[in-house]
Amino acid sequence: MVMPQIKEAVMQLDVSGTENAVVARNVSKNYGKVEALKNMSLEFPRGQLTSLLGPSGCGKTTLLKIIGGLLQPTSGEIEVNGKPVNAPGPDRAFVFQDFALMPWANVIRNVAFGLELRGVAKSEREAIAEKYIADVGLKGFEKSYPHELSGGMRQRVGLARALSVDADVLLMDEPFSAVDEQTRRKFQEDLLRLVQNENKTFIFVTHSIEEAVYVSDQIAILLPRPSRVSEIIRPTGFRSMDADTIRRNPEYLDIVDRIWASLRSYVE
Amino acid sequence: MTVFGIRLPAMSSLILWALLWEIVGQLDLTFFIPPLSEVVVTLTGVIGTSSFLKALSETAYAFAMGVFFAVVIGIPVGILMGKNRLTDELLLPWVNMFLSAPLTALVPVLMVLFGFGMKSIIITTTLFAIWIIILNTRAGVLQINRSLVEMAHSYGAKPLAAFYKIYFWAALPEILGGVRIGIIRAVKGVIIGQLLISIVGFGALFELYASNFLMSHFWAVLIVLFALAFSVSEILAYMERRVAYYAASR
Repeated sequence: MVMPQIKEAVMQLDVSGTENAVVARNVSKNYGKVEALKNMSLEFPRGQLTSLLGPSGCGKTTLLKIIGGLLQPTSGEIEVNGKPVNAPGPDRAFVFQDFALMPWANVIRNVAFGLELRGVAKSEREAIAEKYIADVGLKGFEKSYPHELSGGMRQRVGLARALSVDADVLLMDEPFSAVDEQTRRKFQEDLLRLVQNENKTFIFVTHSIEEAVYVSDQIAILLPRPSRVSEIIRPTGFRSMDADTIRRNPEYLDIVDRIWASLRSYVE
Repeated sequence: MTVFGIRLPAMSSLILWALLWEIVGQLDLTFFIPPLSEVVVTLTGVIGTSSFLKALSETAYAFAMGVFFAVVIGIPVGILMGKNRLTDELLLPWVNMFLSAPLTALVPVLMVLFGFGMKSIIITTTLFAIWIIILNTRAGVLQINRSLVEMAHSYGAKPLAAFYKIYFWAALPEILGGVRIGIIRAVKGVIIGQLLISIVGFGALFELYASNFLMSHFWAVLIVLFALAFSVSEILAYMERRVAYYAASR
């Protein structure tokens, strides 16, 4: 199997003519002498879900945090909607691996926190928060506190918070890795619906091959030492199919196998 | 605690100690320990007098002001030290030094700087309380979950908003612990201040009773002081328990 190089992959995208919501250009990040990211370029088409997949240490979370403006790249730049960014902004919203909820605040305040920081009036922001709490299936838990919720429910709160600020780009850092397997599957199905219904761009970090293939329009496979984009895969055949049948689709299974074949040598 | 299957109410050990005190007092071993019953009788007699009420209000004022400054200066300084590496490096040696320094020895210096009045007493009280508040707040901020800070940053929190919407609340369990210990130290500070700087308030009463060998009066005031400090500390301990549920899940 031929592995397309980065440039070819970029070319391919240009040909398809999709507008990019986020572009990473020659991004490098060094921690002292350690190169976490080296000269990485990647494009994230608007309205689609792009997964960053790779073994630990490949810099996928680092890249996500640089896109989010939480980390500064050593060199290179990030463009969001055509404008270079170097700090967090209202065009991007983050979903954290460990949920990052305020334990002293109830669900509605947690969900409305992004709006609270923007100075939206209390009644207005709570109305918006209520809508998204219902959307993620937590209606009736508005006054509950995070420690009263299960892990899956907490991440729904984190998701509702990210949705309520109505950012163009959702950055998700292994959002389902801290919840149990059943909840995780439900989340993945919900995420598919979310990508279809909301006109947002999702950037999704994961270390699960099946998860990446299941939810992504585009999968960027990152490899470590030196960290680089080794391959970009765009599953197309089953994207429009029913959520239940995807896991039995031959193309789905082939892609999972193919990715595993290219990653297995990096697993210690 | 249960003894012989009977559940004892909280602080029942105090009854035992009170009994022991009464026996030792009744045996008349030393003038220093009058019987507890005598102390209680003196207490009820003393408590309504104008000299006692004046002492109480003077002490309470100095104490409240001292604690107030220790809290409103100590907590922000502690948060700043936990947040900012440079501030931490600059201030930490001083905080540690003052925490363990014999502050009583500094009181004469304060008298030279700030005079013999209430101001020096308040500053002494603050100096006794503030260091542990700073250190505890700093410790609380240092263990805040990184992703909570990143969350605030990514949703656009300005430094001031992050300060009082995230750092303060996330460190609240430790802050309350620090304030509780600080308040206990402030009780020491206010009495030492009143004894050494100007003989006012409870300090004056202690001085008066001790030098006239009015031991039951002396103990009566001490009991009042202990009860006050104990109640304040218990109120804070209660508040600490109220926020303890999230200390484990930050």
